[in-house]
Amino acid sequence: MKKYNLVSRLELTNITKQYPGCLANDNVSLTLMPGEIHALLGENGAGKSTLVKTIYGVVAPDKGDIIWNGKEVSIKSPSVARDLGIGMVFQHFSLFETLTVSQNIELCLSKAQLNEIGDLGERITKLSEEYGLNVKPSRYVHSLSIGERQRVEIMRCLVQSVKLLILDEPTSVLTPQEVSGLFDVLRTLSNEGCSILFISHKLHEVTEICHKATILRGGKVVDTCIPQDETPASIAKMMVGDLAEQDAGYAKKEGTVSIFNIEDLSLPAKQPFGTALKNLSFELKSGEILGIAGVAGNGQDELMAIISGEDERTVNNSISLDGADISHLHAGERRKLGMAYVPEERLGRGAVPDMSLTENTLLTHSEGFIKNGLVDWPSIKDYTSKLIAKYKVKCHGEFSEAKSLSGGNLQKFIMGREIGQNPKVLICAHPTWGVDVGAALAIHQALLELRDKGAAILLISEDIDELFLLADRMAAVCDGYLSPVVKTENTNIDQIGQWMAGTFIGNASVSNKQETTA
Amino acid sequence: MIHIQARTEPSSLMKIASPLLAIALTLVFGCVLFSAIGKSPTQALHVLLIAPLADSYNIGEMFVKMGPLLLCAVGLSLCYRANLWNIGAEGQLLAGALGGSAMALYFGDSNSLFALPVTLLAGIVSGMLWAAIPTYLKLRFNSNLILTTIMFNYIGLYLLIWAVHGPLRDPQGFGFPESAMFADATLLPTLFESSRIHLGVAFAVISAFIAWFILSKSHLGFQIRVFGSDEPAAKYAGFSGKKLSWMVMLFAGALAGLAGVSETTGPIGQLVPNVSPGYGYSAIIVAYLGRLHPLGAILAAVFMAVLYMGGDLAQIEMGIPVAVVSMFQGVLLFFLLACDFFINNRLAFSNQATN
Repeated sequence: MKKYNLVSRLELTNITKQYPGCLANDNVSLTLMPGEIHALLGENGAGKSTLVKTIYGVVAPDKGDIIWNGKEVSIKSPSVARDLGIGMVFQHFSLFETLTVSQNIELCLSKAQLNEIGDLGERITKLSEEYGLNVKPSRYVHSLSIGERQRVEIMRCLVQSVKLLILDEPTSVLTPQEVSGLFDVLRTLSNEGCSILFISHKLHEVTEICHKATILRGGKVVDTCIPQDETPASIAKMMVGDLAEQDAGYAKKEGTVSIFNIEDLSLPAKQPFGTALKNLSFELKSGEILGIAGVAGNGQDELMAIISGEDERTVNNSISLDGADISHLHAGERRKLGMAYVPEERLGRGAVPDMSLTENTLLTHSEGFIKNGLVDWPSIKDYTSKLIAKYKVKCHGEFSEAKSLSGGNLQKFIMGREIGQNPKVLICAHPTWGVDVGAALAIHQALLELRDKGAAILLISEDIDELFLLADRMAAVCDGYLSPVVKTENTNIDQIGQWMAGTFIGNASVSNKQETTA
Repeated sequence: MIHIQARTEPSSLMKIASPLLAIALTLVFGCVLFSAIGKSPTQALHVLLIAPLADSYNIGEMFVKMGPLLLCAVGLSLCYRANLWNIGAEGQLLAGALGGSAMALYFGDSNSLFALPVTLLAGIVSGMLWAAIPTYLKLRFNSNLILTTIMFNYIGLYLLIWAVHGPLRDPQGFGFPESAMFADATLLPTLFESSRIHLGVAFAVISAFIAWFILSKSHLGFQIRVFGSDEPAAKYAGFSGKKLSWMVMLFAGALAGLAGVSETTGPIGQLVPNVSPGYGYSAIIVAYLGRLHPLGAILAAVFMAVLYMGGDLAQIEMGIPVAVVSMFQGVLLFFLLACDFFINNRLAFSNQATN
């Protein structure tokens, strides 16, 4: 970062926002200099999203001032924010898949801006070269990988010559190689004087790229630091307060007997933009965790659905449990044979939002609680209270509705519920996605405990660090293909990263989804 | 300054208060309406709501109307709980009336003990069949259940009209579009000496309790509730949506069919073209007014039956057109949906002027 002895780009003083039943921001102050990359850290519900939405004009603060380039401003809407030069890339992209890059960018520009720019395609190409974004204006968005789509979003901000770029967990959807590409772009932007506000859960990224960090807890600023002077562990400590032990260095195990097999599984995509599964084969052994890495949308959801039986199409003789073919069985029958699942979507799939935790226990755990077709509610209530206590689920009680729980606590509950059935095989997707450090630790330990009891666990995750931490063997998926499966100690982040980008697929039919990043 | 604010949790008070508030608002609306057409509002409301309960004969008639309303509403409550938008209770009721009547006429003057049970069964099965076709179309071809069930209401109605003009017409009936009167062996017994309250009304109340028991105590009922409130979760848990859809739709069809055959073998005693004054449609409002709870449906069905009775009395005593009943029903549903908005939202008052 160049040193500017200028006025600050953005200064927030005493921003306060009260939601019904929750003080989201409590006197938050923050200063951003031109060209500074500033990390905003905190657990879920710490108030990060509310704060950036305030800056972007989505949320109106109850109290506090926003000073932009030395002048007090009131940002009433995102369009006011964009006019000031504030751009934001949300976690979930807002792009139309059936339009081209240039059409998507054109949609958010005013007439005046378009006249000023003149040839938009030319401008995009020029900016793309300047910042190494590698975005072609004429391509259709549905043909772009997630990383490329993110760069389209960034391009959209650049076209409007932003002075402050806000990125909400930008790396959670990227391969390691794509992440380093993104960081190069961010550094270039920073050198040109553009400030960047960067929200992330991944602390080593923060120490790598950010100049300053502000840590929020319970809506308040609890600390600020220079990340380069800290370690991920020390920052984690600031985030969660007193973190008893760090999550690291678990022993690897070797599985015993092969229990669950997928053999030469191919399946056409169900939805237009879904992913077809292509000749997948792997085996899962008792007492091991098999990790599958991959960028979202490369066939993980499809694989999960066909294994669980939620995708009701039959794939002959390609899925077997304990040596017996189960591919013709319904989801419920597969559960009865000892399979359990932790889906990616917690609320709305893993748990019914409007039902109590007791009822949500019964959702998948009915064994022993049903007599003559009738539900033994008192026993389930007891059992649910025990689950809540064992996994330290923060809630009012077993009567709490699932939707009243935070994401991390609901995830702990779902993990506990599935593990509590003593499954032979547990399929687990993104178990700690968006979960805070403390809850992630609890979830990791629960998984390892289940493995040590002899269960076979298939762990599907986008978080490559988590996979290296937990998995005994690993593979990656890309565009519906599965890479070779290797022992975790025999591989490294580079190799898995390349596999995530599809290098293992060979020279056969490589679609444009596998284009690696700049 | 008043503005609308989302509640953090749905208000349990409003869940119960909403139907009561909706009824109150409907009555206020009624007062304005009656004043506008030059009738005394107090007298009109008295005739509409109090008179139906004023003597034992009227109360009996009220229960006769409550029976089919409740039978249909219980089935619909289960359907709506399972997120199946069955608007076809009317058609299923008419199919039940038609099938049951055909069976009753087949028994003719027989004194067989089986005549009544078999007749009722024929009605039930006809109602189930009428529900089964749209269900099959939905599950097999993903057709819209709302549209197909409405279509089957009309098909059922015209099939019934055709039958009373054709094969089921009383040969000695001077060409009137009516069937012959049913023999005693195929008529539903009345429960009390002095009134027309028949066994069908008892069936209705029993069915409400059975549905409540299934929904709250059984694993099947739990699966229905999960399926209705969160289909992906039901799939994830391995509940078979097809099986549940079939069970719920057939159950609703059976109850509506029973309502139909109970009307023809009960108070009417023959098959006529106007078996139902729209019971199957009113039952939708009853189901909602009863909060989709089978026991709530009992109270709601009583209220709706009072309104039906009151409408008849208002026409006789005050010359108020009977269409007022339909209007009341429509306004009631309107206010109910409006009041339900406040289950998840509330008005917030603040002194701050907004910027």
